[in-house]
Amino acid sequence: MTATRVLHLTVNGTDRSVAVEPHRALLDVLREELDLTGTKECCAVGECGACTVIVDGRAVNSCLVLAIEVDGASVTTVEGLAPDPDRLSRLQDAFLERGAVQCGFCIPGMVVSARYLLATNPDPTAEEVREGLSGNLCRCAGYNRIVEAVLAAARADR
Amino acid sequence: MATGRPGPAGIGASARRLGGRERVTGAQKFLADLRLDDLLHVKLVTVDCARARIDGIDAGAALAVAGVVDVITADDLPQPVPRFGPVFADRPVLATGETKYHGEPVAAVAATSRDAAEEGARLVAVEHQVLPAAVTIRDALDPRAPLVQDRSLRPGDPLAGTNVLRERCYHWGDVEAEAADLVIEHTYRFPMVTHFSIEPHGAIAAVDDDGLTFWSPVQHPYLLQRMMAELFSLPLAKVRVVAPDPGGGFGGKQNPKFEPLLGFLAMRTGRPCRLVLTLEETFQAVRRAAAEIRVRSGFTSDGRIRFHDIESDYLLGAYADIGERVVTKSNYLACGPYRVPAARIRAKAVLSHTPPSTAFRGFGAPQITWAVESQLDEAARRLGLDGLAIRLRNLAAKGEPVVPGDVPADGDWEQSVRRAAEAVGWERSLPPGRGRGIACGIKAGATTGLSYATVRLLFDGSVLVFAGTSDMGQGARTIFAQIAAEELGVPLDRVRVVMGDTTIVPFDLQTSASRSTVFMGTAILRACRDIQRQLREMAADLYGADHESVAVERGRVLVEARQVPVVEVVQTGLGRLRGELIGNGVMRKADMPDHPLGGGAAFYEFNCTAFEVEVDGDTGEVLIHKHITVGDVGKALNRLQVEAQDEGAAIMGLGHALMEHLALDDLGRIRNLGALDYRIPTTKDVPLELRALMVENQDGPGPYGSKGVAEGSLLCTAPALAAAVTQATGAVIRDLPLTPERVWRQLHEPGSV
Repeated sequence: MTATRVLHLTVNGTDRSVAVEPHRALLDVLREELDLTGTKECCAVGECGACTVIVDGRAVNSCLVLAIEVDGASVTTVEGLAPDPDRLSRLQDAFLERGAVQCGFCIPGMVVSARYLLATNPDPTAEEVREGLSGNLCRCAGYNRIVEAVLAAARADR
Repeated sequence: MATGRPGPAGIGASARRLGGRERVTGAQKFLADLRLDDLLHVKLVTVDCARARIDGIDAGAALAVAGVVDVITADDLPQPVPRFGPVFADRPVLATGETKYHGEPVAAVAATSRDAAEEGARLVAVEHQVLPAAVTIRDALDPRAPLVQDRSLRPGDPLAGTNVLRERCYHWGDVEAEAADLVIEHTYRFPMVTHFSIEPHGAIAAVDDDGLTFWSPVQHPYLLQRMMAELFSLPLAKVRVVAPDPGGGFGGKQNPKFEPLLGFLAMRTGRPCRLVLTLEETFQAVRRAAAEIRVRSGFTSDGRIRFHDIESDYLLGAYADIGERVVTKSNYLACGPYRVPAARIRAKAVLSHTPPSTAFRGFGAPQITWAVESQLDEAARRLGLDGLAIRLRNLAAKGEPVVPGDVPADGDWEQSVRRAAEAVGWERSLPPGRGRGIACGIKAGATTGLSYATVRLLFDGSVLVFAGTSDMGQGARTIFAQIAAEELGVPLDRVRVVMGDTTIVPFDLQTSASRSTVFMGTAILRACRDIQRQLREMAADLYGADHESVAVERGRVLVEARQVPVVEVVQTGLGRLRGELIGNGVMRKADMPDHPLGGGAAFYEFNCTAFEVEVDGDTGEVLIHKHITVGDVGKALNRLQVEAQDEGAAIMGLGHALMEHLALDDLGRIRNLGALDYRIPTTKDVPLELRALMVENQDGPGPYGSKGVAEGSLLCTAPALAAAVTQATGAVIRDLPLTPERVWRQLHEPGSV
């Protein structure tokens, strides 16, 4: 059994402490230790974006981040995007409004990447949205509606 | 304020996806998100080549790892090792004696953590001898090739001494007698590609006093139930399949793969056993058949098809899975949606030491369509016609046969072709350096089918729909709710659709071949009409009217001059003890034993795709200015979903047309395993303009005239794109994908590819 270390994180605004082994990815800690299964695992090599979360204001592939590296960080996952349990964010609502969601497995990572994009560039062009989401693979939807949803959410926030 | 509530319910409206809210908040539970007490994690043990003789397996070191509970090999299974498969029972639960493809498990480790399972799997020592493998069509058809399947697996099969699993021959007219002004003959290749569902495959098995339970994101829960009941000699009632919504299926999740292994592990350990594959392992589990297709075609000088003489070899894997059916069904319609006076189609399903190919969106049609549609463009160029003209000249009109004696053309397909041509600007002058291409695709819908549905109208007027379909992103749940809402006159947010548990939902044969709207949709429609009948009887009794004079329309019961809301009739009729009305519906399309496919198509899925492209001569990159896809859908029950499905299929088609292929080495190992080296389209690869259009003539067999949709848009993507590239550059390419390297070579070193 590998020695564990206690990690302190602020996850979706709540302080969490969890004992983790040093080789654990942030993705595993979120899913297995904190039961935040909204963040998805697909490729596990940082190529598909399904595990995207925001750490201290930056979007990362949580499969590539060792949990102990982000001790003390603030983490936002898909579960933390809605303003309250009964209400969706404009971005989430735009995904549904535009028909951007099919099977939905890539969507948590996609919505988190889009949230990061809009936080850093509130008024992006379509090309900037495509660039910003180019690290998130979707096999169902063909992307256009996802891009439209992000642009619509940006417009609504203006 | 945004609430995520469903929009309007009416048929044809763009109602929001049911389950959408869960998908944007992370609340949706996919297989890997399920939590069970006492769970064991399973890891497969494989060897690093396709074919190897297994001389011994030592699990000692693995069993010594803390947390490892069990290591299972073929020796631990009943003997002979049980085999299974949807058509041929050829796949062993674990490799026995010899591995047949790279990634085939020889053992599996069950442990209390994923780490321990992985560590244990690394430490299982498999003594083995690498053997020569047949990994290409040419290898496998060589008379000296090693046999992929032992003769004993194929009793009574005259082809058992070869690697040909089945050979199908379809013909009509006389190919040799047809006089043609132009005869062309070419060979076309379509590579292995993989589904790449973003959700990797997985399953869980558990045993309790009530039998075996399997959790699997399977497209066919009832097929899994039947196969597991047979394999474990259990009554159907003692095999429960819980099917969480698949995170993408595309055909890859139709047929059981590792559920039998998990069943044995669960019985041995007495604990729930879970296997979630890595993406790399998923690549080794499912793929589309590669194909090599030779076509000799004859045409009159004005572009009429006289004949096609087709030989297609499809490269299946080591086990048949549903691969033979893929070859049979797609080649039956090899000549496409046209009038073809004479045809000879010889199709071989070839076994090889490669991962088993299975159903994949389009079900073999993209391969054959690549070849035969490209022949039309070759002929058009030789005859001085254009791609639109040659298609219009040959397209079967509604009611004309496509295969003589079989279901005739069931749509006015010319409308779709003209719509696509107009949308791409076919008649407009071409900007310099650009090219346009157009192609048609056709796929037979389901040839047999059986769906049962139950609908319950509850005391407060809300509705439960029970359906055994799997919603893997195609939006079946939403469509079903819309049908119930329409028929019973309730808002969509008062309808709940229950799916995915064989102890709760009635039988459904499968979720495949774009069938669910037509088959399950009809069953639900009939269940709703069953409730309407009960409402009419109830109202007639309540209000003293004649049964025949009562009607139910959009949530109202019309009794003579009176219009009574459905809920009022229900509550008055049921009375103080409350209760509910239960409707049942069935849609059955029975076998036709003498039909080459076991039955005629319930509908044809017809698509026309057109492109305008530009090619960078320095890099070989194809820039897509316009990508138009038009489907003959009968009736779009949810316009938003139909468009989104078609767009997704179109982009998936661009994947195999432009970039995707699995590369195997001589040992049969996939060299581009995983997301780093196998590229699928990203946001950066989409066309500058993509439009998914549809033709609606309400002429389908499904509810309100609907047909199946969402495979159509990838059937003919590749030939339409290649024709556009040829017009832009003069380069003719007959091997997919049209990678920049391949296009560049054809431009700069013609004949080298």
